[in-house]
Amino acid sequence: MIHSLFLINASGDIFLEKHWKSVVSRSVCDYFFEAQERATEPENVPPVIPTPHHYLISVLRHHIYFVAVIQSEVPPLFVIEFLHRVVDTFQDYFGVCTEAAIKDNVVVVYELLEEMLDNGFPLATESNILKELIKPPTILRTMVNTITGSTNVGEQLPTGQLSVVPWRRTGVKYTNNEAYFDVVEEIDAIIDKSGSTITAEIQGVIDACVKLTGMPDLTLSFMNPRLLDDVSFHPCVRFKRWEAERILSFIPPDGNFRLLSYHVSSQNLVAIPVYVKHNITFREGSSQGRFDLTLGPKQTMGKAVESVLVSSQLPRGVLNANLNPSQGTYTFDPVTKLLTWDVGKINPQKLPSLKGTMSLQAGASKPDENPTINIQFKIQQMAISGLKVNRLDMYGEKYKPFKGIKYMTKAGKFQAGLPDKWTLEYIKTELLHKEIRIN
Amino acid sequence: SCTASLNEDLKEMLESSKESLKLEAMKRIVGLIAKGKSASELFPAVVKNVASKNIELKKLVYVYLVRYAEEQQDLALLSISTFQRALKDPNQFIRASALRVLSSIRVPIIVPIMMLAIKEAAADLSPYVRKTSAHAIQKLYSLDPDQKEQLIEVIEKLLKDKSTLVAGSVVMAFEEVCPDRIDLIHKNYRKLCNLLVDVEEWGQVVIISMLTRYARTQFTSPWMEGAEFDENKAFYDSDSEEKKDQTEAKPYVMDPDHRLLLRNTKPLLQSRNTAVVMAVAQLYWHLAPKHEVSIVTKSLVRLLRSHREVQYIVLQNIATMSIQRKGMFEPFIKSFYVRSTDATHIKTLKLEILTNLANEANISTILREFQTYVKSQDKAFAAATIQAIGRCATNISEVTDTCLNGLVLLLSNRDEAVVAESIVVIKKLLQTQPTQHGDIIKHMAKLFDNVTVPMARASILWLMGEYCEKVPKIAPDVLRKMAKTFTAEEDIVKLQTVNLAAKLYLTNSKQTKLLTQYILNLGKYDQNYDIRDRTRFIRQLIVPNEKSGALSKYARRILLAPKPAPVLESAFKDRDRYQLGTLSHSLNLKATGYQELPDWPAVAPDQSVRNVEIVEPTKQPKSDDKFYSDDEDEKEEEGSDSSGSGSEDSSSSSSSEGLFLSVRFTVSGAFSFHEAKLMLLVISITNISMTAGFGSFLPKLEFITIMISFFYDFFFFCQHCLFPQNDSKNPTFRTSGISLFHMSFQVTTSSFGPLKTYELLHHMTGKGLSAKYHFPRQPCLYQPSMVAVQVILTNSSDHALEEIHIGDQSPASLNIHCFNTIERLEPGASVTVSMGIDFSDSTQAANFQLCTKEDQFSVSIQPAVGELLMPSTMTEQDFCKEQGKLQGMNETSATITMATANASRQAINKQVLSVANVGEVPSSQNNFSSLEARWATETEATICIGSPKLDRRLKNIA
Repeated sequence: MIHSLFLINASGDIFLEKHWKSVVSRSVCDYFFEAQERATEPENVPPVIPTPHHYLISVLRHHIYFVAVIQSEVPPLFVIEFLHRVVDTFQDYFGVCTEAAIKDNVVVVYELLEEMLDNGFPLATESNILKELIKPPTILRTMVNTITGSTNVGEQLPTGQLSVVPWRRTGVKYTNNEAYFDVVEEIDAIIDKSGSTITAEIQGVIDACVKLTGMPDLTLSFMNPRLLDDVSFHPCVRFKRWEAERILSFIPPDGNFRLLSYHVSSQNLVAIPVYVKHNITFREGSSQGRFDLTLGPKQTMGKAVESVLVSSQLPRGVLNANLNPSQGTYTFDPVTKLLTWDVGKINPQKLPSLKGTMSLQAGASKPDENPTINIQFKIQQMAISGLKVNRLDMYGEKYKPFKGIKYMTKAGKFQAGLPDKWTLEYIKTELLHKEIRIN
Repeated sequence: SCTASLNEDLKEMLESSKESLKLEAMKRIVGLIAKGKSASELFPAVVKNVASKNIELKKLVYVYLVRYAEEQQDLALLSISTFQRALKDPNQFIRASALRVLSSIRVPIIVPIMMLAIKEAAADLSPYVRKTSAHAIQKLYSLDPDQKEQLIEVIEKLLKDKSTLVAGSVVMAFEEVCPDRIDLIHKNYRKLCNLLVDVEEWGQVVIISMLTRYARTQFTSPWMEGAEFDENKAFYDSDSEEKKDQTEAKPYVMDPDHRLLLRNTKPLLQSRNTAVVMAVAQLYWHLAPKHEVSIVTKSLVRLLRSHREVQYIVLQNIATMSIQRKGMFEPFIKSFYVRSTDATHIKTLKLEILTNLANEANISTILREFQTYVKSQDKAFAAATIQAIGRCATNISEVTDTCLNGLVLLLSNRDEAVVAESIVVIKKLLQTQPTQHGDIIKHMAKLFDNVTVPMARASILWLMGEYCEKVPKIAPDVLRKMAKTFTAEEDIVKLQTVNLAAKLYLTNSKQTKLLTQYILNLGKYDQNYDIRDRTRFIRQLIVPNEKSGALSKYARRILLAPKPAPVLESAFKDRDRYQLGTLSHSLNLKATGYQELPDWPAVAPDQSVRNVEIVEPTKQPKSDDKFYSDDEDEKEEEGSDSSGSGSEDSSSSSSSEGLFLSVRFTVSGAFSFHEAKLMLLVISITNISMTAGFGSFLPKLEFITIMISFFYDFFFFCQHCLFPQNDSKNPTFRTSGISLFHMSFQVTTSSFGPLKTYELLHHMTGKGLSAKYHFPRQPCLYQPSMVAVQVILTNSSDHALEEIHIGDQSPASLNIHCFNTIERLEPGASVTVSMGIDFSDSTQAANFQLCTKEDQFSVSIQPAVGELLMPSTMTEQDFCKEQGKLQGMNETSATITMATANASRQAINKQVLSVANVGEVPSSQNNFSSLEARWATETEATICIGSPKLDRRLKNIA
């Protein structure tokens, strides 16, 4: 399976290597560098690259390429999924996954990689289990270790790995037993200039923080489980129970974990919580353009739309913008041409607006692009899909845990203001027009 | 010199007595390894710490060792004994980690040791250790492929394992070592299907992929006509199934095992692991009836929300699927809309899929999308979009004109790349529809001056030539311009210029004769030989002369023949020859180790091969219990609790004080011959209880007789076996006629404490040199078939003894690994040396000479039968099974006498161990008084493995 791993930074230096079988010379990365040179953007490097004797499968995260060297047939997703788990683990351990963090913690990194793969086959990838084996570094522990020479390696042996619930360690004890669930939904949408939705979908997750003594067996039921027709589960969830009863039944890992992710696709009706009205016009020959943008709430079930941030990449020809926000502040970067407007909260009684003029480069032709407008926002106490947890029950333990559920909706990739729909009729008239000119 | 001094520092730190310094040094060394810098010269200093008590230090040493062992093979051997010891540790993690490291040391000389360790670990009680052994199989196989046959035996055994922890790893080993041995899967097929949902995610991927291949060899195709719905009912309603099917006489009924696989993999579409989802999707694609395949769609589309690299692979697979099955993905067409933030290869794949999905109904929406894509700043992507428009235009005749017009519009795009690509595509489209397009060609001719991209210029030239009769005025003018710039053009443009010239010469020689000749002259002296060749060919073809008379008559028909339109098809058209989800599919080339997915057999092979005999119900160790796989499996396991020997009730005799327990210890043995090399030894300790009474008022006395039976193979070993009689220290052996058999079990650690030491040479006879020996009861490092013997040599004389070594041996065939010559032994000093003796599993004495510089002393080592054994671990169930297989026996027995008061489990263990090197078989019953204690063993060496049994029952005096 995975033969070796090379970590390569943005400037093309290999700053870490690890081999699980015989050593593969780092010159194998030359093929990767070639591909990197050909790619115009860092993310354009193909994830799978064949070389004469090996195959390179890579992921790019945090400006670091994690390049796995493979010697024979293996499902590429197997390797990719694993590499992402490695990155997640590093992030979990070091807070950030940067070259500096990896170099500073090279011993822990090595210890982790050693536990995560045996002969290139994944061994322990569950973060709760890894943390039992290798304690994450903390500033305090690092200091103590330096002074006393004590170690990061857990003295106890991982108990979970042997049990039937390998994701949970045994002998968990808390004085306060609590289980919190966060239902977080991100809405991705593309809305055209006329306000009609081109695509809209919701990506939801339920993240859990469970601190319960012993071996609790939880069930979580929903008011409207039908919404969840496209879900993926943490391995702790009993698939069959879900299939039969639409109930999440599971023995939770200890601590933080993602219980499930779900996707409410454009097939279902997706409520759009905000609307944008904008009018950006440039006139041929004029050195001025007009900018007019208004935001308003839509389908928010009475909840406030907060932390609203509008950004737009204005056309290259725009030299400066002189705008007047009805609330919040705006900035325009004349170099990058990025306009950002920190709106804050939307008051439905007094809709926020941003109006004014843009100055254009003299003599430049009329900018032909309608800028896209990206919107970020948050809505507390609401899942935009309408998903609601019905109840949470615990079996297998006697105590009464404290339970809590929180909802939140955020904008994912929320774009508005793409140009009007291009119609075939339009081409035809244009074509006629052109032909007349040609002749 | 800088690195040298650095290394000196590290060496010093490693050799210091402070743990913290050593650890710091190892951390720095690991830092060096991570950077890819060599630290191999520190090997001797590092390897000394291999047995450190500090876990982190030890782990880092392991990291180092595995990295450099290959380069420093001799030194690496120094560490082997540490791992061998650790393989016997009572802690399963230490055993597992020892095996992990041992098997990762790529030193060919330890192959036999690895082999032994793997075999032992494969029978370990701990599923975690067994999992590790499955990983080790692959390592050993890559180190020494000659071990294949033996490893397959281990794989076969591990495939039977019921633990979810082991399943994925052993299937992985199977795929690496013997993927063609599909016969090993039959009996485990249903178990694997049922365990699947509980196996860890990585194992699921491997198992699903293997089972896909398996199913394609064992079941018939569900894709035949009329295979639509019949098998659904058949499955859910298995009782009535047969009757119904018989009456209805359906042409196809899905094998229930085929259905089992589909049913049990389906829930995994909900896995968070993208590789698992993809594995299930490809399984459905390759195995499910056509109407069921679409259940995977939604999950695949969901994966598109994952990381870029995941999207890339998933989109590639969807691209292949969408060619054959548009309907699967058409409802999700918006999921393939390109986002400006997508990487180019993602965009291109989405484009590919959108093009595959295009039909009359959705083409207008798709073209609208494409129009935005053409405006993309990403030139490669814009160009690919134009190609895609071309493909849509050829595939869907309703929109051909619209597309063509749209493309012509693009000819006035500001971006040259867009224009160039449009020209190329228009050229292809015009070829399919050459009529009435004079305007477009004219338009392109006008653009010609501004187009610089060679491919586009070449395309326009080709169009001019091909349709020169439609643009009779423009074409010669274009040729005129080309004559001016000919020398500065790219090769491809030059070739098309020559073509154009030739075609015009044939159709309009009046206007173009001179121009053509001029161009042909330029071409004649071109630097590129292709152009020179082409020029020469054209000249001969079109200009009639005496040499080329025959062909030039046909010049017009040759050059202006109607040409078939190019077919614009998907780059993924032929990808389905590879199994979906594989690396080969992703690369569109056969990767090393790719297993071809076989075609369905015309006739299904025997289904009964998958039937499993009902095994005697036995309680599994708890950790082996399936946890989440529900219902039906559990039922099977119920009723297994009642296993164990229903041994008779007994009073809690151990609690009564003052009892004396006399144990007669009978050892009987048998060996069997298994596959030429493999010898089996089973020791069964039966129990004969005897009672002795001192009257009813006296405390009850109990005698426990423990008989260990060794079963020797009559045909092979009888002649070698010597049975010493009446030796109170050694077990007594007597033969009897029970036959035997065996299976392999793993050798475990023996907790036997003090070793019995035997006299080898008395100092009086040895002129001051005395020698004692004992059996350390460890696997012998030198050769697996040898018994390890430690000899303690003491110099009791008043002068130093020199050159102590081993001389002649008898019998001559005796295989002894001698210790190295001891150069000098000072008076009063003693030294312990190790040697290995191959007793060939007999109690025949090994005679040899112990020599000093001056003298030679004949000595002899005679092993007790108990020392020829190695303890073995097995479950009670396995033990009973093996015991049942015993055929024929030779029996040896020994008697142990001990007080009842001391008859704790440990005490009995200790006593038994003093007689024979055996391992205890855990009993399902905890209550000591009703316990049956059992010990398992095997003979040293690769050849013998076995199981012994000791029944101990306490009976009261009535």
